[in-house]
Amino acid sequence: MEERHVKSKAHAAIAGTLAGCALLAAFPPGVTAQSSAVDEIAKYRQQLQDGNPADLWEARGEDLWKQKRGPKNVSLEACDLGKGAGVVKGAYAELPKHFADADRVMDLETRLVHCMVTQQGFSQADATRRPFGAGSNRSDIEALTAWVTAESKGVVMNVALNHGKEKEAYRLGEKMFYFRGGPHDFACATCHGETGKRIRLQDLPNLTEKAGAQLAYTTWPAYRVSQGELRTFQWRLNDCFRQQRFPELKFTSEASIALTTFLARNANGAAFNAPAIKR
Amino acid sequence: MKPTPSLLLACLCIASGCATLNDAEVAQKAVTVMKASFNERGQAKLDRLDQDDAQKLCSIPPSARLPKDVTDGIEKANLATIKYPADGKLLGNWKEGEKVAQSGIGKQYSDDPKVPAGANCYACHQLTKAEISFGTIGPSLYNFGKVRGYSEAIQRYAYGKIYNSQAYSACSNMPRFGHKGILTEQQIKDVTALLMDPDSPVNK
Amino acid sequence: MADPMRIRAVAKDGSVNVKVLMSHEMETGQRKDSAGAIVPAHFIQSVTAVHSGKTVLAAQWGPAVSKNPFLEFNFKGGQKGEKIQITWTDNKGDKRTDEAAIN
Repeated sequence: MEERHVKSKAHAAIAGTLAGCALLAAFPPGVTAQSSAVDEIAKYRQQLQDGNPADLWEARGEDLWKQKRGPKNVSLEACDLGKGAGVVKGAYAELPKHFADADRVMDLETRLVHCMVTQQGFSQADATRRPFGAGSNRSDIEALTAWVTAESKGVVMNVALNHGKEKEAYRLGEKMFYFRGGPHDFACATCHGETGKRIRLQDLPNLTEKAGAQLAYTTWPAYRVSQGELRTFQWRLNDCFRQQRFPELKFTSEASIALTTFLARNANGAAFNAPAIKR
Repeated sequence: MKPTPSLLLACLCIASGCATLNDAEVAQKAVTVMKASFNERGQAKLDRLDQDDAQKLCSIPPSARLPKDVTDGIEKANLATIKYPADGKLLGNWKEGEKVAQSGIGKQYSDDPKVPAGANCYACHQLTKAEISFGTIGPSLYNFGKVRGYSEAIQRYAYGKIYNSQAYSACSNMPRFGHKGILTEQQIKDVTALLMDPDSPVNK
Repeated sequence: MADPMRIRAVAKDGSVNVKVLMSHEMETGQRKDSAGAIVPAHFIQSVTAVHSGKTVLAAQWGPAVSKNPFLEFNFKGGQKGEKIQITWTDNKGDKRTDEAAIN
């Protein structure tokens, strides 16, 4: 744990510095009130990197993985996350992928639900009852996601598109990324399809090109300070669609998996650096 | 591990290189999968996923270029939707307009449908000098009236642009505030005043 | 029952650097819920750190400290292998003590 903390601090410091540099580079001189506001925010973000409360979710998640739970009273230690039963290290960096036992492409959260249902005997309803925590109403999936993703910290993103369904998921996700709908005509691309843009003072990564996708995808899940909660990638998609004025994205739906496949694959080649901490 | 029938089929497919979906088929399937992946919640019903013509045509990467006859068609159709105020007065109160520009609520399933929506202009645009927290998805609107002049023609353009941005720019990222019922007529007048009233801080 | 604290203590050049992550709501008592009622104040009021029977840090906190607080401090005289004990007490009288070995 000590080693991982030091490594994560270094990674976080590098990410923070790079983010800070990127922010500085984005603004030409003369835009003074702008630059100083954005720089101060970058400094605040860098200061936040130490003491990430995501650690608390990781600790809980590790316990949940190892504890005997559910009607079948077994732990998740035999769950196959794509690298073999019980292999957690590096698993997240290769997800989403096709799983033969379900013949579906699955992201982490979908796979965790699968193991909770098939191995621990939870019903689908119980396993997905609380995907996102709220204060004392905690989410087990969130904690498990925090720990499993932490076990991929520093691992280079390597989403392979070998199976036909994996390739198709990527292509579907790409189409969905450009799907314009709702009363505001928003698509993911409306905010995330161009480089160098921001909403208010929040920089927007361009998720269709490597640098933006890498920066964004490798920093989720994250402790959102403004929420006081650890938020997963399923949450991020869900909350984007809410702000796009769409109806509610179903947890672990096919669309969420396809979009995750598209975005995760675009991030290939970058070291995974989460759970991170964000505003 | 015993091969299931679907696994066998998948293996056969890969082995024999059976045809993958072409681009149009993927696009079609993406829409079907999208629609099946959402639940209605609050004021956000599933019909929000039914795309109108502009949305269907504009579901493309920013780099993709639609042919001119298609973009002309989109602009013409959207221009026809613009409803100007019956009394012919296009300028409302810029102070109210600033409130509308600052407000980012409205139409989300987490929003109370009884509370008026904002336009969230500052999410994407610079407007007044004083507000430094502005986005850059759209161009700066600072000095909008000052630069273009305060004529009635420009008032009509500003009002029309807020009412339906795609009347002037097919596939614009900007929401069609009037046509989609996001803002009321009074709110659009107030935002037009924010841009076009010589006393508005936007023009100072 | 509150979550355990995460404590890391590292000895270097005669002093010990301690980092503590605490799990606590730190509710200020100023927020209102969706019904308009005040969410009751619930925050850590005091923190002490003890090494070899001596208090090396005593802190009095208030509602300005944010949720899931992170505390970092240094003290002199600790050696690798020795223990550091951190205790917090909140305004409701709840308390929690956790201990870690100095590395």
